[in-house]
Amino acid sequence: MENWIEFVLERYNYWIVITLMMTGLYIVYARGNLVKKVVGLNLFQTSVFIFYITMGKIAGGTAPIYIGGELDHAGESHGNGQAGEKSLEREGHGEENLHDAPEGAPASSGDLHGGTDAPQGGDALHAKVENLPANDLKDALKGVDPGQGAEAGEGLHALPHAEAAKISNEALKSAGKTFPEKGFEVEGALHQAGDAANAMDGAHSALGEVIYSNPLPHVLILTAIVVGVATTAVGLALAVRIREAYGTIEEDELESMDNVAEFGDAAEARAI
Amino acid sequence: MSLIAQLPVLPIIIPLVAAPLTLLLPKPRLPWVWASVVAWVTFAACAWLLATVASTGMISYHLGDWAPPLGIEYRVDLANALVLFLVSGVAALVFAFSYHSVRAEVDAAQTPLFYGAMLICLTGLLGVTITGDAFNVFVFLEISSLSTYALVAMGARRDRRALTAAFNYLVMGTIGATFFVIGIGLLYQATGTLNMADLHERLIGQDNRMVQAGFAFIVVGIGLKLAMFPLHLWLPNAYTYAPSAVSAFLAATATKVAVYVLIRFFFSVFNFDFAFIGAAFTYVLLPLGIAGMFIASLAAVFQDDVKRLLAYSSVGQIGYMLLGLSFATVEGLTASLVHVFNHALMKGALFMAVACVVLRAGSHSINAFAGLGKRMPVTTWAIILSGLSLIGVPLTVGFVSKWYLLDAAFSSGHGYSGFLIVASSLIALLYVGRLAEVMLLREPPSEGKYAFPAKEAPLAMLIPMWVLVIANIYFGIRTDLTGGIAQRAAEALMLTAGGAP
Repeated sequence: MENWIEFVLERYNYWIVITLMMTGLYIVYARGNLVKKVVGLNLFQTSVFIFYITMGKIAGGTAPIYIGGELDHAGESHGNGQAGEKSLEREGHGEENLHDAPEGAPASSGDLHGGTDAPQGGDALHAKVENLPANDLKDALKGVDPGQGAEAGEGLHALPHAEAAKISNEALKSAGKTFPEKGFEVEGALHQAGDAANAMDGAHSALGEVIYSNPLPHVLILTAIVVGVATTAVGLALAVRIREAYGTIEEDELESMDNVAEFGDAAEARAI
Repeated sequence: MSLIAQLPVLPIIIPLVAAPLTLLLPKPRLPWVWASVVAWVTFAACAWLLATVASTGMISYHLGDWAPPLGIEYRVDLANALVLFLVSGVAALVFAFSYHSVRAEVDAAQTPLFYGAMLICLTGLLGVTITGDAFNVFVFLEISSLSTYALVAMGARRDRRALTAAFNYLVMGTIGATFFVIGIGLLYQATGTLNMADLHERLIGQDNRMVQAGFAFIVVGIGLKLAMFPLHLWLPNAYTYAPSAVSAFLAATATKVAVYVLIRFFFSVFNFDFAFIGAAFTYVLLPLGIAGMFIASLAAVFQDDVKRLLAYSSVGQIGYMLLGLSFATVEGLTASLVHVFNHALMKGALFMAVACVVLRAGSHSINAFAGLGKRMPVTTWAIILSGLSLIGVPLTVGFVSKWYLLDAAFSSGHGYSGFLIVASSLIALLYVGRLAEVMLLREPPSEGKYAFPAKEAPLAMLIPMWVLVIANIYFGIRTDLTGGIAQRAAEALMLTAGGAP
């Protein structure tokens, strides 16, 4: 029961989206006033904006504005959040950098590692970078549910640096294979994956890397906001024109006026 | 930086940049001249693109040189090159046609705005067709829709009901577009990409609730835009009260582009091992297509307004396209694409002919058509020839469509739908026949509201209209042109979608 409440509360952002969406649609259908309809439409669109923003949010991530100077590679790969395999590839480059750093430019290795302990050599560093997040992930998963945690953990372990969404995917896939008939179990695995991702983010900040929220949904939604504003403007302009032409913006009155016009035409046509 | 390398972006850039310039041109004639020239240049670019794609294969253009999947990609294959060719071709003819009609139906002060909005609408439609990026589809869809709402509302000078029609269209269209964005958002959550080709790869093997919900949202959203049968309520009023030139343009292009988007998502984004898609074909598209064929066509028979009659007939014809699509075979997809092309030719010609009548008679009530054969014989015969094409009489494009559809129906094991296609064609015979009877056999009223002097429409309108009528017959005889391209396009689409379901 408690799990269930937690499950609901943890997704508060999705509940906001659903509530707004249904409210907006209901207003569009139920209200007769054209201006109210436009406002309902606007509410409906706003819910989609929130849906997109919620999708780009990474727990512990900062706004997608580039701030780090020295952490070029790491910063870039995190900025590209959900680019899946792409981000993994780039992560690989990042690790190479870590390898090279102590040999080529010892001075910069300190910069790269920020909060970690003093570097002892290339291999040791490498081990740390690989092990630290993975261990944390495993701990987090075990904390929630050892049985399923191990399942999802396999996927997570394989992708120590990937972003939350990618991990959710992997977890969803592996969980889906294990429990194909139980939807809730899949959700449960997702939930753990989310926790694991949080823990991973913690691990990242410990390494002194900057975590960005995914900027792409923000950009998409900026475009959608422009479209939404334009739609509202056209809708309201039409309402003004309707008011000028009919003297009312109540849908039922408009309909009866249109019906009179229409059936007038029809009666004439039958006369021929 | 040669022009040829930039060819794929030209159909979008040219009308988009040209649109605001119409507002700066002096009023009576220049905005129209400018818009028509632009439309013809765009058509030339699209024709060139089709020829290039037909000979060298798919073109992938990276907008701003940003490589996909992060950058926006324009991906032109045969299927969308055909639709681009069609949309820009109809646009070029409608623009050339529209001068007198617009002068009679739209406020003089609004004429430059009218042509600007038409060009933006054209940009949007071409953009939806050419782009290979799922979110970009939404943006272009809204560019074309927003300008369409304004264009429909411009019919208010003749009939104020254009305003309520435009408002209802806006509400339904926006709900459709928003559903589409929700669907894209869910797919993005599941895959982390927006590029269609990339989406296709990453969706392979994914069959979870997120993808299923995304698929459902996309189908319903696009269904609203293309006036799939129970979601068609915005269409009859919008087409009836819009200025006639706009009706001709929209009837021939807007819904066709939406059908193309549906095809693109079914075959190039989702794939056939996604179980939902088979269910959508069998339980959604097939029954709704058949229902549309019958119910909307029957509704057309009882209309007393010719534009509304044609609008209901459009909803019925969309049923054929969905039916062909739902067979999920190469033949069915070919039939669907061929009918998209052919229906644009017939409906374009028919709505243009109605525009000619509206210019002379000032009404599109069926009463205005009484005895039209004696007053405007050239227009009357254009209506009759394209009406025959709508029914599917041999030697017209309508026959070619029906032939491909019947072939697809019988070869895919949906033989019963073959009989339904023929039966619903008989309903088309009813409404076209009713129109023909009124035009040829009735005496023209000598007095009253619908009396008008016997005078043909101006040549500037007759020529584009007859070009379309002749295209109806030409492509009905040279079936290898559209059929060949559509078949190659369908084969390519089926290949990406993963063969038979």
